[in-house]
Amino acid sequence: MDINTRKRLAENTAFWVFRILSLGVIGILFSILGFILSKGIGVVNWDFITKMPEDGMTKGGIYPAIIGTLYLIAGSMLFAFPIGLMSGIYTNEYAKEGFIKRFIKLMTSNLAGIPSIVFGLFGMALFVNGMGFGDSIIAGSLTLGLLVLPIIIRTTEESLKAIDNSFRHASLALGATKLQTIRRVTLPMAMPNIITGLILSIGRVSGETAPILFTVAAYFLPKLPTSMYDQVMALPYHLYVISTSGTNIAESRSMAYGTAVVLILIVLILNLAANALRRYLGKKYKIN
Amino acid sequence: MNDFVKKFIERIIEGALMISSTVTTLTVLLITIFLFKEGISLFNQSPLEGDNIITVSANNKVEHISSAQIKNIFDQKITHWDELGGKKDSIILFTFNDLSTYFSDDEIGANFELLPHKIDSLVSNTPGIIAVFSKKYLAPNFKGKIVQVENVSLTQFISGEEWFPTANPAVQLGVLPLILGTLWVSLIAIVIALPIGLATAIYLAEVANQKMRNIYKPIIELLAGIPSVVYGFFGLIVIVPMVQKTFNLPVGETALSGSILLAIMALPTIITVSEDAIRNTPRSMKEASLALGANRWQTIVRVTVPYSISGISAAAILGIGRAIGETMAVLMVTGNAAVMPHSLLQPVRTIPATIAAELGEAPKDGIHYKSLFALGCILFLITLVINLWVDYISRKRSNYSK
Repeated sequence: MDINTRKRLAENTAFWVFRILSLGVIGILFSILGFILSKGIGVVNWDFITKMPEDGMTKGGIYPAIIGTLYLIAGSMLFAFPIGLMSGIYTNEYAKEGFIKRFIKLMTSNLAGIPSIVFGLFGMALFVNGMGFGDSIIAGSLTLGLLVLPIIIRTTEESLKAIDNSFRHASLALGATKLQTIRRVTLPMAMPNIITGLILSIGRVSGETAPILFTVAAYFLPKLPTSMYDQVMALPYHLYVISTSGTNIAESRSMAYGTAVVLILIVLILNLAANALRRYLGKKYKIN
Repeated sequence: MNDFVKKFIERIIEGALMISSTVTTLTVLLITIFLFKEGISLFNQSPLEGDNIITVSANNKVEHISSAQIKNIFDQKITHWDELGGKKDSIILFTFNDLSTYFSDDEIGANFELLPHKIDSLVSNTPGIIAVFSKKYLAPNFKGKIVQVENVSLTQFISGEEWFPTANPAVQLGVLPLILGTLWVSLIAIVIALPIGLATAIYLAEVANQKMRNIYKPIIELLAGIPSVVYGFFGLIVIVPMVQKTFNLPVGETALSGSILLAIMALPTIITVSEDAIRNTPRSMKEASLALGANRWQTIVRVTVPYSISGISAAAILGIGRAIGETMAVLMVTGNAAVMPHSLLQPVRTIPATIAAELGEAPKDGIHYKSLFALGCILFLITLVINLWVDYISRKRSNYSK
């Protein structure tokens, strides 16, 4: 075999190995989704998502868990979105290159790297015990809000950074102030990508379990919350409970499949929405 | 005037933006303060549960005793005083549970009012005794000797091999099995995930065409978006039985199951970060290699991968960081036995899983509660080091490529 054939053979073999391994990665995703969806899709119907759990959570629905998760999404976003947005705007538009900007960025990436269970510990120490909220929607929302804050800050920053400086200069040259430029030019252009980040962080909030274990989640609560100081059930915690420590694991298995399907569908829909939005608005503004 | 108001408002908004940019820094600071405040208060505290005291007879030479020694005495692994630096007498253990074997109900009195006196005479008349009882039953002029119990120390905490945070009378707070369990599970996970992730990253960056990339990217994003509790559920139902069957084990909840699951969960991080790194290789370098007659594969092996090696190592480190901090999935599939790990096919327990499983039952401000916060501190420090390390690598990279 001459050297060129050997070279080509090595290349072909290597590339085929790569193709197969990457197909494997895709295969993993589809086997996880396929397995859970095929086992659980039959459980999910109108009753399942609108009824209370019954018979020690082996029958009935998951309505309170869905409502609880919605409250947590709303609460955490109400807190994290404005602050994250403002913080991202400041770091990209106002802060000067140098130590402070680098420090803020480093702290943001540090916060993003802290494990979710540590957020749980912190939320328990500060919001539940320190501020006396007890196990409540507000304590859980604040904890989850802090968890997704770095995601929102980062997407805001990156979307603003992607905008060409000529737009800013044009606006400033027309006599607009810096704030007017941000409000009328930069922010609207960056909004599609920022909203994408928001959607993805909603996905994150709806699936996180560890931070809500000790700050809000209730094992079983057959009524809906009436104030932000109430505990709630939440989808991810509900799945954890009925698949590991429920009173009747074998009998509640179908409920667990159903809950997993609902969680997966939420994440799937949010991801598709984020992608569609990114594509649609990206075309509209010709930036990406 | 109008201009002045406008400028004023602009200043206020700018101030508000500046303040919100300090929120992440503030949060990291607050997390540090709250975690360490609770965690550090664990140390220099007595490991004895409740208001127990430990007493021996007056002429026993032993002055100090550690919580590990107390446990060994209770487990009858230590049976003679000379093992603790005392005389040759064998150890006679007296606890509150043995009350009825030593005294009759009449001797104690209906409300235990005679008990202090009884214990006093028992301790002073039995040379080999070690008596553990509540402080309130200590007689006014007690003729025995109270033994000092060594406080919880940082070295014991890190190097201790026994984790029994609710043991009575003395808790055992050794976190070495938990630290090792965490490292084992995460490192094996990366060993599994790195080759697959790197291959996929190279494929996406160098081999695949744009169409394939557009299919792969959202799928990998979706893989990252699946909640960890769903992964845990999948692991519990699919991976655990699979491991059990393949290796013919009594239980499938093992370190290996956790590693496989964590490998899947770490894939998106590894793929995304190393793909970015590979893609950042300057075109001119690749073209130089191709112009010299190397084919694409040789260019990848000799030019692209060596050039982006620091980015790839950042991906691996970030993946390890994710794996170390992962809680729910690991909690659901590793079996959670707090023992020193000896084999991949045994149950292990990680630091995050321990916190998640035990914090709910630990009474607030008790020694167990504080020890879980101390575990949180360890976890926090590990991830902080990993983050700073990755930041350092990527900063060095960007300087290098300038």
